[in-house]
Amino acid sequence: MRILIAGFGGQGVLFLGKLIAHAGVLLGKHVTWLPSYGPEMRGGTANCAVILSDEPIGSPMVSEPDVLIAMNLPSLTAYQPRVQTGGEILYDASLIREAPEREDVRLRALPATKLASDAGLEGLANMILLGAFLSDCLPLNETEILHTLEQTVPRHKAHLIEANRHAIAIGKQTIEQTEQELHSETKRISHPRKVG
Amino acid sequence: MTGPILMKGNEALAEAAVQAGCRYYFGYPITPQTEIGAYLAKRMPEVGGVFLQAESEVAAIHMLYGASCAGKRAMTSSSSPGVSLKSEGLSYLAGSDLPALVVNVQRAGPGLGGIQPSQSDYMQATRGGGHGDFRNIVLAPASAQEMATLTMRGFDLADKYRMTAMILADGTVGQMMEPVLLEPAQPLNIEKPWALTGTQGKREKNIVTSLYLSPAELEGKNLSRFARYALAEQNETDFEAFCMDDAEICLVAYGISARVSRSAVSAAREKGIRAGMIRPITLWPFPTEALRQAAKQVKQFLSVELSMGQMLTDIELAVRCARPVTLVSHVGGVILTPEEVLHAIDHAVEVSA
Repeated sequence: MRILIAGFGGQGVLFLGKLIAHAGVLLGKHVTWLPSYGPEMRGGTANCAVILSDEPIGSPMVSEPDVLIAMNLPSLTAYQPRVQTGGEILYDASLIREAPEREDVRLRALPATKLASDAGLEGLANMILLGAFLSDCLPLNETEILHTLEQTVPRHKAHLIEANRHAIAIGKQTIEQTEQELHSETKRISHPRKVG
Repeated sequence: MTGPILMKGNEALAEAAVQAGCRYYFGYPITPQTEIGAYLAKRMPEVGGVFLQAESEVAAIHMLYGASCAGKRAMTSSSSPGVSLKSEGLSYLAGSDLPALVVNVQRAGPGLGGIQPSQSDYMQATRGGGHGDFRNIVLAPASAQEMATLTMRGFDLADKYRMTAMILADGTVGQMMEPVLLEPAQPLNIEKPWALTGTQGKREKNIVTSLYLSPAELEGKNLSRFARYALAEQNETDFEAFCMDDAEICLVAYGISARVSRSAVSAAREKGIRAGMIRPITLWPFPTEALRQAAKQVKQFLSVELSMGQMLTDIELAVRCARPVTLVSHVGGVILTPEEVLHAIDHAVEVSA
């Protein structure tokens, strides 16, 4: 699985990638995590490429991701054409008001920034998106999530683990709810059509 | 430690240095290797070691010279423009037959160039990189794991041959995180009777110098140095062969280019093209014999590198131009993609058919 995560510097793009990478190690996979390291700053662009594989990994670069996690519009615009057919684009609908143009990939939207601030978890939109990512791309149980957080969060920030867990849970729950509703709506709509 | 830990290549290298018994780090920050200094600034005090940010790269490598004179394992690290500044020190280390570990996490050049990955310091590294006749042992890691294992090996080789061992990495391998298994190091314990440790009035004084005003004496020094180099060539050459058993086309690549080439070779195999790769792990000594043997089997070579044919020259020398060698490259901080390398393989096979 080749994952590209992109957004503004300061949104926690690299940290989100690190968590996915640590989760991969926990699951016994081959893992690479490659950051962009230009002369970047808060508010500039940041991205990172994560590969999880059962085979040894050759190139750590991700030019055609299976999953794109877009945290702002410039990132979505820049990278959506590269997503593999049949892949997935997961994005923060609070900051991206335009829906992706691709019809051959799975689109999953979540108002991550709004959900984070509503829950008093400002700055954790990345973890909300991680929750959504984990819900279908990399199923981890509670213990595995906690273990991954413990591996990734530096010791002096250990007190933030609980907030991160909370945000991940919100992301997971919200996306699953949204998709269930969508699913039943589709059923309701499609049913009369079939009859007609 | 149990199980692999996710680490940046730069951090894996830094931790491996500590494990290998290095207690003296002298450096000056430069992208893309700053994590090495940052890691050791925290780590060295924990093990009673010295982290010193020097006033310049030139100062840092001469501090390394001093620590090495005292018989201690010591290192410096930098990236391309900074390594050029260190070239005077590299020459003095060689002239004084001092062991040293020098790291170059390459970025694009020439001049200040850019900060993105490159392999354009190949010639500088493998030919010594300073004035006078000398070589460095040049190790080329292609993963975070090898950043660790080759650093440990580098310290051993430096002590064994009284040479500089250079880790020639690139921005990608330095910045990338991968699982790293840090096996407990068992550093070679090599006596250093030449070291300046204080005579205590019990032995003749040692002199470490690179100055010899008698041509005959200096020639003798050079010749004995090259006798040691010959031993290193004989004993320490290392490479990895990938899919070479029945290969008809051989890619030669190191570092990040080898990672990309590995993907390209696998893709070519899926298409039924008999591609393989020889990945030099030591760039000096270069795996000349392995390439010479491969030339008997393969029809052609591709030199896959992020430089303008610097390694290609060594491949041509190794195979005595018996087979064509084609350059596949990007420079300036642009990295080859597996698709581009696969395209080059396709093209090469077409042309030769």
